[in-house]
Amino acid sequence: MNLRDIQRILKAEVLCGEQWLSREVKTGFGCDLMSEMLAFAGSHTLLITSLTNEHVIHTAEIMDAVGVVYVSGKQPAKEIIEKANHNNIPLLSTPFLMFECCGLLFTSGLKGCKRGNP
Amino acid sequence: MNHLNEEAESKPQLKLEFEIKERDFSVAGEAASKVKKTLQQLGLMPEAVRNIAIIIYEAVMNVVIHATHGQLKVIIIPEQVTVLTEDEGIGISNVELAMKEGYSTAPLEIREMGFGAGMGLPNIKQCSHKLNVKSQVGVGTVLEAIVYLSSKDRKS
Repeated sequence: MNLRDIQRILKAEVLCGEQWLSREVKTGFGCDLMSEMLAFAGSHTLLITSLTNEHVIHTAEIMDAVGVVYVSGKQPAKEIIEKANHNNIPLLSTPFLMFECCGLLFTSGLKGCKRGNP
Repeated sequence: MNHLNEEAESKPQLKLEFEIKERDFSVAGEAASKVKKTLQQLGLMPEAVRNIAIIIYEAVMNVVIHATHGQLKVIIIPEQVTVLTEDEGIGISNVELAMKEGYSTAPLEIREMGFGAGMGLPNIKQCSHKLNVKSQVGVGTVLEAIVYLSSKDRKS
């Protein structure tokens, strides 16, 4: 599964990083707690969140996340999108709420992250 | 309260320093990001780089949230990376309790930011080979986390 598939499944708007949508997504991680992301998310992980602050971008960068999906139609401020773009992190925004978003991706075959085995 | 590893001090090293001000939430992610880039340039493998970046993110967030000001020092020698934060602030009354997953004294606004869920120190412990936290209530806290580097952590 790549980010283009994710975009189609979630009917998502691409906020930045159109050129990176062919990136492979191995796992998904849905959470609004940065420390949990830092603890459990691995590389090639798609971060799914409703938080739109800069910490999500820094966390994504540190984890080598494949991209970020904002749920419930949320969109970060312009500066945040620029920061993501600068760090090669694609951002998507889906109208689905967290539960449905994760459910749609899971039933499409995307696996979750495992504790201690990112 | 300086607990710099003396052995680390005497060897050729690269030292990165950052000032941490109270409520300067951006500094945590920015410091972690800068050190990550430096370590990548030095040719360290992704897993070691990620662990060190996580330690920095969490340790600096702790200072930003709980202290009045502090400093981050990252000391890189071929055998290990030492992450050291020193702060002046309220300190930690029970370090053992603070190490417990889920235990937190952070205010609601910090939690709304996605932090303060009681995972910071446990994450730091998870990512480091050696962790030493010394704190004095009403004075401050010194945190020293060490990640040892083996030959497989280096690309060349």
